[in-house]
Amino acid sequence: MSEANNANTFSIDGQRIAFEPGQTILQAALAAGVYIPHLCHHPDLKPHGSCKLCTVVVNGRNGSACTQKAMPGLEVENNSPALNDRRRVLLQMLFVEGNHFCPGCEKSGNCQLQALAYDLEMLTPHFRHAFPVRQVDTSHPDVWLDRNRCVMCELCVRASRDLDGKNVFMLAGRGADSKIVVNSPSGLLGDSELAPDDRAAQVCPVGAILPKRVGYAVPIGQRQFDAQPISRQVDYLAGRHLADAETEVR
Amino acid sequence: MSVSPELSSLVVPILQRHARRPDRLVQILREVQEILGCITDETAGHLAECLGMSYAQVLSTRDFYAFFYRENRGRYRILFSDNITDRMLGNRALFEHMQKRLRVEPGKVSADGLVSIDFTSCTGMCDQGPAILVNNRTITRLTPQRVDAICDLIQRGVPLAQWPEEFFIVEDNIRRADLLLGTPCEPGKAIRAAVARGRDGMLGEMKLSNLRGRGGAGFTTAVKWEACRNAPGEPRYIVCNADEGEPGTFKDRVLLQSYAGRVFEGMVIAAYTVGASHGFLYLRGEYLYLLQPLETYLAGMRAAGLLGRNIAGVAGFDFDIEIHLGAGAYVCGEETALIESLEGKAGKPRVRPPFPVVAGYMGKPTVVNNVETLCKVTEVAMHGGAWYEAIGTKQSTGTKILSVSGDCERPGLYEYAFGVRIAQVLEDCGASEAIAVQVSGASGVCLSEREFGRRIAFEDVPTAGSFMIFGRQRDMFEVARNFAHFFAHESCGFCTPCRVGTTLLKNIMDKIAAGRGTQYEMNELLRLQQVLKPGSHCGLGQTAGNAVADTVQKFRPAYERRLAETDFVPAFDLDAALARARALSGREDTDAHLGEEA
Repeated sequence: MSEANNANTFSIDGQRIAFEPGQTILQAALAAGVYIPHLCHHPDLKPHGSCKLCTVVVNGRNGSACTQKAMPGLEVENNSPALNDRRRVLLQMLFVEGNHFCPGCEKSGNCQLQALAYDLEMLTPHFRHAFPVRQVDTSHPDVWLDRNRCVMCELCVRASRDLDGKNVFMLAGRGADSKIVVNSPSGLLGDSELAPDDRAAQVCPVGAILPKRVGYAVPIGQRQFDAQPISRQVDYLAGRHLADAETEVR
Repeated sequence: MSVSPELSSLVVPILQRHARRPDRLVQILREVQEILGCITDETAGHLAECLGMSYAQVLSTRDFYAFFYRENRGRYRILFSDNITDRMLGNRALFEHMQKRLRVEPGKVSADGLVSIDFTSCTGMCDQGPAILVNNRTITRLTPQRVDAICDLIQRGVPLAQWPEEFFIVEDNIRRADLLLGTPCEPGKAIRAAVARGRDGMLGEMKLSNLRGRGGAGFTTAVKWEACRNAPGEPRYIVCNADEGEPGTFKDRVLLQSYAGRVFEGMVIAAYTVGASHGFLYLRGEYLYLLQPLETYLAGMRAAGLLGRNIAGVAGFDFDIEIHLGAGAYVCGEETALIESLEGKAGKPRVRPPFPVVAGYMGKPTVVNNVETLCKVTEVAMHGGAWYEAIGTKQSTGTKILSVSGDCERPGLYEYAFGVRIAQVLEDCGASEAIAVQVSGASGVCLSEREFGRRIAFEDVPTAGSFMIFGRQRDMFEVARNFAHFFAHESCGFCTPCRVGTTLLKNIMDKIAAGRGTQYEMNELLRLQQVLKPGSHCGLGQTAGNAVADTVQKFRPAYERRLAETDFVPAFDLDAALARARALSGREDTDAHLGEEA
C-alpha cells in the first residue's frame, strides 16, 4: 500500500480502516462495518465515554474507542480475549448494579445490554447482586420510567438536551447512589415536558424508558437481536438502517 | 413553585453577589446552606428559577457534593474525619462517646433537631487528629475531655462563634524546613523578579528548572504553561488546585495558612507568563477556616499593587484572584472535575483531550497547578531555572514537602530535596517500629520494610505528599479496607468500572472482615483491580484498587488469618438478614437469633 493510501487509515486487529478527519475510532469502525462493543454511544449524539465497554488498546494504551479520535497509523486492538474478558466483567457489573429480569422485560430482544451479554457469552452475573431499591415512575400518560433497569449511560439526558432541546433528564447523586432525576416540580415524569415522540423517550438502550400500552406487540423471537447477535448488526448500530428505510420510502 | 417570602429575601443578597450566574451554583448553594442549614427541594426549585436553570440541574449539583444536605441536619452538624490515621488515633471510640452523650444515631438528626453526627473522608488534619468538622469548621486534637466539652456546649445551645478558641487551633507542625519552608520571602519580590525576566524570559527559566507538578502526576509545568500561552482563545485562566483531598496529605493547608504569599505570587507569575487575566483558588470545603485569612491576604495584595490593574507597574498586566470553595468531593482534585465544579456543576471528570490548557474553564485555555507547584514557581522566578535544576535528582528537581502522619513521634511537614530515602524520613520523624508506609495517599503505593531504601522521586516513588506510617501493632488489612471504603464513597459514578467496581471491592473487603472470605475472594480482589486500573475514566478509579492489591501482595498474612477454611462461603448471612425483623419486633433475645449450628 502506498503512502498516500496510508494517510487516512489506521488498523483494528490488523484490518485497515479508512476514516474521515474528525471521526472517532468507534465512528470510523462502524462506518467500515467493524464491530466494537458499546452501550452509551449513539450515532446522533456526541461521544460520552462512560460505559467503558468500547475500551480498546490504542498503540499499547487503553482508551475509549468512542471518545478517542482516529489518527493515521494507529494500531488498535479490539477483539481480543483479554479485552472481551474485561467487557464481560463490565457487563456483570451493570447487571448486578441494577435489577434486571430479562424474562419479564418488554425490552427483551431489543435490549442492548442483554444483546451484549449474549454476544460476549456472559453466562452468570458472577458478583453479588446489589438489589437496590429504585423508584418506578408511571406518572406520564404515554411513557414510563423504571429506574431498576437504568445503566447510567445518560443517553436520555443527552437526547433530551441536544436533540429535543428540553433537558427533561439529569443524572444526579454520586457513585453507587447515582440516579436519573426528572426536571419537573414534583420530580415526576408526568409533570415534565416529555412527549412520547421525543428522542429522549426512544433512545434508552435498555428497558428503563418504555412506551406505555405496548406489550409484546412484536413476539419474542422476532426482535432486533433475536435473528442476529449484536456484533453482526453494525448497520443497525451505526444508524444506517434508518437511512436505508428513508431511501426505500422515497 | 411558590416559596416563602423569607426564603426569597434570604437568598437575594447571595444571588446578587454572584450576579445570578448559573455557573456560580456550587458557591451559591454553599452560602445558602450556611444560612439555612440545608438545601431543601423547595429551596433548590427557587434557586433554579432565580438562576434560569432547570430544577434537575440544581438537584444534580446539590446531590453530588457530600457537604450539601437536602434536609435539615441539625443546628450543629458534626462530621468525624475517618481517615485511617484518625482511626489509629481513636476516632471511633470518641464518635461512640459523643453519640451516646448526645443520644443520637449515626447519620441521623437528634429528636430535638439540635445535632447530627456522621463520618467524612480525611479532613487533612492527620498530624493533629482525631479531627472533626462542626458546621464545616475544623476542630483538632479531640480527646474524651474535649468531646465532653463539645457536648456541653451543644446541649447548652452555645453558638459556634462563642466556643473556646483553642478548639479551632490548627498547628503548622513544620519539622524539617528546607528551601521553601525555611526561606522567608518579602512580599512582591518574586513577582518583580519574574517581571524583570520578561514573559519569554520567565518561561525560559521555567523550562530550565524542569519543575514538575506537585499534585501527583508530575507533568512538567513549563510545558503546561507554554501550551496554554499558545492556545487560541481569550481570556486565559490560572487555577490553583487547593482541593487537597488525598487521605494523609496536609502540606497545602500549611502553605495556604502560613505561605499564602508564595501561592498567590506563583499564580500572578503564571498569569504574567501565559497572559491570563483571571485566577481561581479552588479551596476544599474542609479548609473553610482558611477562607477569611486568604481573602484578607488578597485584599492586602491588591492594596500593594500586586493584584488588580497594572500589576507591579507593568502597563496592561491585569489579573485578579477569586476563591471558590469545594463541598466535600475528593474527585474534584482531578483537574477537569475541578473545572466542572468551578462552573457550578457536579464534579465529574471530562473526556480528555481536549486538555484544560486548550479548553478548560468556560472552554478557555486554563492552567491548573497545585498549591506547592505555584510556591516553587516563586523560587524559579527569584533564583533562575539553572539554580533550581541543580537541586534534587535529574528527573525530579527541587525540594518536596511530605505530610508525615501515623505511627511516629513527630508528625508534621518534612521538606527534603527530591531523592531522599524512605528510611531517612522514618528516622527523622521518629518511626522506629514501622512495618509499612503508604506513600501518596490512598491512591498511592504501600511500601513494606524491604522497600524503605527506595527514594522519593518521580523516577522511583512518586508522591503528591502523603506519607502515612504504620507500626508493628497495625493491621494492614484494616488500612486497605479503610481506603476501599473511601473510594466507594468518593467515586463520582460516571464510568461503569469505578462506579460499580469500587463498591464491589468494598463489599469483598467487608466480607473478608466478617470472616466469610475465602481464597476465592482473594482472587476476586485482584480480578477487580485488573478491570478498574486499565478501564476507569480517571485517576480515581485507576488507582482505587492499588492499596488492596499492594497489601494482598505484601501483607498477605493479614488477609489470610481472616479467611474461612472452605472453598467458598456465601456472603448472605441468614442471621444478619433477620436484623430488621428483630428491630421491628423489638427483640434481641437468643431465641430471636439463629445459633451457630444453623
